[in-house]
Amino acid sequence: MQDDTDLLLRRILTDVLGLKQGQAETFDADTGLFGHLPELDSMAVAGLLTELEDRLDIIIEDDEIDGEMLETFGGLLDFAKAKRTAA
Amino acid sequence: MTPATWLCPLPDGGSQEEQALAFDSGRACRLLIVPALFDEGNRLRRFTVEVMRRLDRAGMDSVLPDLPGTNESLSGLPGQDARHWQDAMGAAAQHFRATHALGLRGGCLFTPPLPAFHYAPVKGAQILRGMLRARMLASREAGLEENREALTAAAREDGLVLAGYPLGSALFRDLERLEPATGASVIAQDRIGGSGLWLRAEPDEDAAQADALAALLVEAMQP
Repeated sequence: MQDDTDLLLRRILTDVLGLKQGQAETFDADTGLFGHLPELDSMAVAGLLTELEDRLDIIIEDDEIDGEMLETFGGLLDFAKAKRTAA
Repeated sequence: MTPATWLCPLPDGGSQEEQALAFDSGRACRLLIVPALFDEGNRLRRFTVEVMRRLDRAGMDSVLPDLPGTNESLSGLPGQDARHWQDAMGAAAQHFRATHALGLRGGCLFTPPLPAFHYAPVKGAQILRGMLRARMLASREAGLEENREALTAAAREDGLVLAGYPLGSALFRDLERLEPATGASVIAQDRIGGSGLWLRAEPDEDAAQADALAALLVEAMQP
């Protein structure tokens, strides 16, 4: 099965950040998220994680959430992929 | 669109004036809108008013009351509970002679007993889950570790400030178990197109989505 995690994550970020079509395609592994984008505050990140759970059909435990996974697009993508593999 | 007031009954038998936004031209179709809760309410307010403008143009009245303790209300949020919010929305519906009700997201938990629409309804527990997560994230940023169990226990006992909202213990415990009533006509986001504006980090609007929701409501409310 082809892994669509990357695509789904870009879509979720587009929805949360209100990005224009195609804008999320410019994100790379080092693109900064939490702590880098002023609009991405704790409430927005909480919403983002809930959307991730719903759309990727995963459960994210509180103790799995750390600064590193939220800091960059690459970190969040790796985390989401690992969760989906384990699910 | 004009600001309006209505008298909200208080648990002690008194009453308190509360605010609302209203398109009221005394028309036959009259929609009471229960706003989305807390942070989602802020993010959806612009969208909500855009839907009301469209209903007005289509010949329908609508009113958006404040839940006591939120927005312009002079009541405190910590003293609120679900029963009071349900009674308040019932009183607003009566005051404005509403013929239909629309709940938005968490507002679906408090739609009065009228023919009702639920837009993207959520359970109270889902709202609290997101707010607790936001609190833990913010605390962690500040170098403070908190866990969900301890926060939940504290909230049930003494109330808790979540995402800037001081929730009393009664409202917190009520939200933990509240689910939208069955029997309402559910409007899921996929019928509106695009993604829900409550997800946006910043409040936003979307004319196409407002058009779509207003059209669905007009179609369903037409006599």
